[in-house]
Amino acid sequence: MKNKLNLIIIFIFLIFCFIIFYKGLDKPNTYAPKTNIEKNLPIFKAKDFILDTYFDSENVFTEESYYIVNIWASWCVPCRKEHSLLMELSNNQSIKLIGLNYRDNLNNAKKFINELGNPYTQILIDKDGTLAVEFGAYGVPETFLIDKNKRIIKKFVGPINKKIVEEIKLIIK
Amino acid sequence: MKTLKIYLIILVLMGFSHLKSDEKKNELKNSILKNIRCLICQGQSVYDSESDFASSIKLIVSKKINEGMSDDQINDFLREKYGDWIIYEPKLDKNTYVLWLLPLLLFLVGGAIMRKNLNFRK
Repeated sequence: MKNKLNLIIIFIFLIFCFIIFYKGLDKPNTYAPKTNIEKNLPIFKAKDFILDTYFDSENVFTEESYYIVNIWASWCVPCRKEHSLLMELSNNQSIKLIGLNYRDNLNNAKKFINELGNPYTQILIDKDGTLAVEFGAYGVPETFLIDKNKRIIKKFVGPINKKIVEEIKLIIK
Repeated sequence: MKTLKIYLIILVLMGFSHLKSDEKKNELKNSILKNIRCLICQGQSVYDSESDFASSIKLIVSKKINEGMSDDQINDFLREKYGDWIIYEPKLDKNTYVLWLLPLLLFLVGGAIMRKNLNFRK
């Protein structure tokens, strides 16, 4: 009787382990950032790239339209690659682009903008990368889509491509 | 003269207490940083990493400590930004009940079996 009970306990334990491991097989063991989580815009204060004055977040996102926050740097090669697509997006009247210049040299950043064009309505300086953390960013380039209710509705890690641009256009339509 | 001496002693003591509070803040900062995963590194905590991401997190943790936030509040802030994965120590919630309670359950069951066996031998 006692042996039977022990066997049942071992059997239940093994089944339990099997279920745990079987469920674990479905989960990827590498980390992938979630891109569809809705979040409120962070409250921050940042220096303007051109005006050399500080802006509160509420004075940056003033209009009732969609916004894109793009984190970029002159030293970032993929940023150069995605820049033409940002220029294309800036032609769209229903969206405003805000640039976040990440851990960059101001002169190099200005050269970058002069060379490739300025798709941004406003550029903010993030000298130490803390503003990017407030947005929940990992590095550069990274793009956030903000809806009319001032909520982050999508996050694109890495350079944007044509497919992403189409996706954004479809959302803001 | 006496007043001046007392004044000087108070000043020195105040200096020490300032150092002590800096030391405490540093200890708190290090313990928080050791519990944060560097999301762009392989198997490193933010404390151990020198990446741009890690140095930004280090700065923001210092900023939050100076603002008077506790370690739990800072962990919650980072969880809100990056998800549960960023903190090494998982929080007790509906997804981690098994993780936290299973060792306790195994300990209790093991203890009960041992006790039963000992009673049986007696």
